[in-house]
Amino acid sequence: MSVRGVDKVFGTGRERTEALRRIDLEIPQGAFVSLIGPSGCGKSTLLRLIGDLTQPSVGTIEVNGKTAHRARLDRDYGMVFQSPVLFDWRTVQRNVELPLEMTALGRTQRAARAAAMLALVELAGFERRYPWQLSGGMQQRVAIARALSFEPALILMDEPFGALDEMTRERLNLELLRIWKQTGTTIVFVTHSIPEAVFLSTQVAVMSARPGRILEVISVDLPQPRNDLTREDARYFGFITRVRERLRGHDVAPPRAAEVAASG
Amino acid sequence: MRRLRYYGPAVAIFVGVLAVWEIAVRAFGIQQFLLPRPSAIAAAFTEHFDELVTVGGNTLVEAVGGLLIGGVAALAVALATARWTAASRALLPFAIAANSVPIIAFAPIMNNWFGVLNPLSKMMVVAVLVFFPIMINTLRGLTLVDRSSLELMRSYAATELAVFTKVRIPNALPYVFTALKVSATLSLIGAIVAEYFGGARSVLGQFIITEAAFFRFANAWAAIVVASAVSIAFFLIIVAIERVAIPWHASSRSAESS
Repeated sequence: MSVRGVDKVFGTGRERTEALRRIDLEIPQGAFVSLIGPSGCGKSTLLRLIGDLTQPSVGTIEVNGKTAHRARLDRDYGMVFQSPVLFDWRTVQRNVELPLEMTALGRTQRAARAAAMLALVELAGFERRYPWQLSGGMQQRVAIARALSFEPALILMDEPFGALDEMTRERLNLELLRIWKQTGTTIVFVTHSIPEAVFLSTQVAVMSARPGRILEVISVDLPQPRNDLTREDARYFGFITRVRERLRGHDVAPPRAAEVAASG
Repeated sequence: MRRLRYYGPAVAIFVGVLAVWEIAVRAFGIQQFLLPRPSAIAAAFTEHFDELVTVGGNTLVEAVGGLLIGGVAALAVALATARWTAASRALLPFAIAANSVPIIAFAPIMNNWFGVLNPLSKMMVVAVLVFFPIMINTLRGLTLVDRSSLELMRSYAATELAVFTKVRIPNALPYVFTALKVSATLSLIGAIVAEYFGGARSVLGQFIITEAAFFRFANAWAAIVVASAVSIAFFLIIVAIERVAIPWHASSRSAESS
């Protein structure tokens, strides 16, 4: 996945707002990339550009060698929003089947895939329930199952856990990492939580305030698989500090192993 | 037991009002043609039961027929206006203008067009009457869709048809039923008022006019009771259909599952 020289401008004349300026971003296959920045920095806009929900003013976006538009028509994307966006009139299972209904898949195949995806997010047994009978965290897991259901090459997540309490969020972070490992998909994840970005990602793209630019892409080479112990790792805190300083506009040297060993 | 506690107060008030009415009419010697006693209305009701059932049934047929004609037209226009902005620009002003016309004034014209004795003339008055509330509510339901829902469908490269059948139409159903519930009572009022402008003898409007003309006010009152009962029944039938059609909607959810 690559974004090259992308600008995004909304409106014209006095209404003109420059949302994104000269965005370049390379995302390798199977990566977990977080976009982080102050609110209004255009991180959601960048996600929507990648997903072809809106078009860049200048520049190109390629996904697996295709244009973003082609990739959307080929159903290469799975979207997860901050709100689960489940349909009240569909059971959990039928919500997960929704994207599959756009494909040529038959009824039994759809049901089988939905069951597999629900098992993956540990919601087996809830197929017949309605979304409004589930808790917020469970609803968001259904949304993730739905995004995974047609095995998209790229999952785009826009603050998916932003509305959840801290404990649910931490549990879902672990689940998401497990699913990411199991499916080998590429994930682009928008968040405004620094610890969340560091914990989840292989790369954190730190963005500036409007007009949004990518200040730095920090590679988070914490060991995989990550788990509860990661959150106690001194290097984890080192990366959090580094992202925070970068957001503030300071340039700091990356933490060296020796320093970490000395302090930890 | 729980049912009794739930409906008890309403039943008590109903019985109480009837008792006060009965006693007041007797105590103050109120003339029958001003206000008949409830017992007299009940007697008229039993005496003319068969006729009232026929008369009420005929009016109900007009109301239901009119609601079907008006409803189908309203749904079609709402779907067209939701799908094509051009259609919305072309049709909406007329729909709003039509709504501002006193529909009942059309009744003599409808009689002229479709024939005084033809139930279709009453159905058309009802159809015009219910068209606007159903159309405007349906249109609201079709267009008031969460932006994320539409983006989700867009990310699936869903066709316009899929967006309608899988998102917009299910989203509109609760609005449609709200409009239908309002229209159920409205359609009966429309049918009866249209009947005042002439029609077959065996309909509620004409029955009330004739009985009142002959000072048989107890009979007229009995017909009014029938009209209310039919109206309530029509409303409840639509509520029942709603529960079956959209069990997922908040209005139908049972209390224990939250």
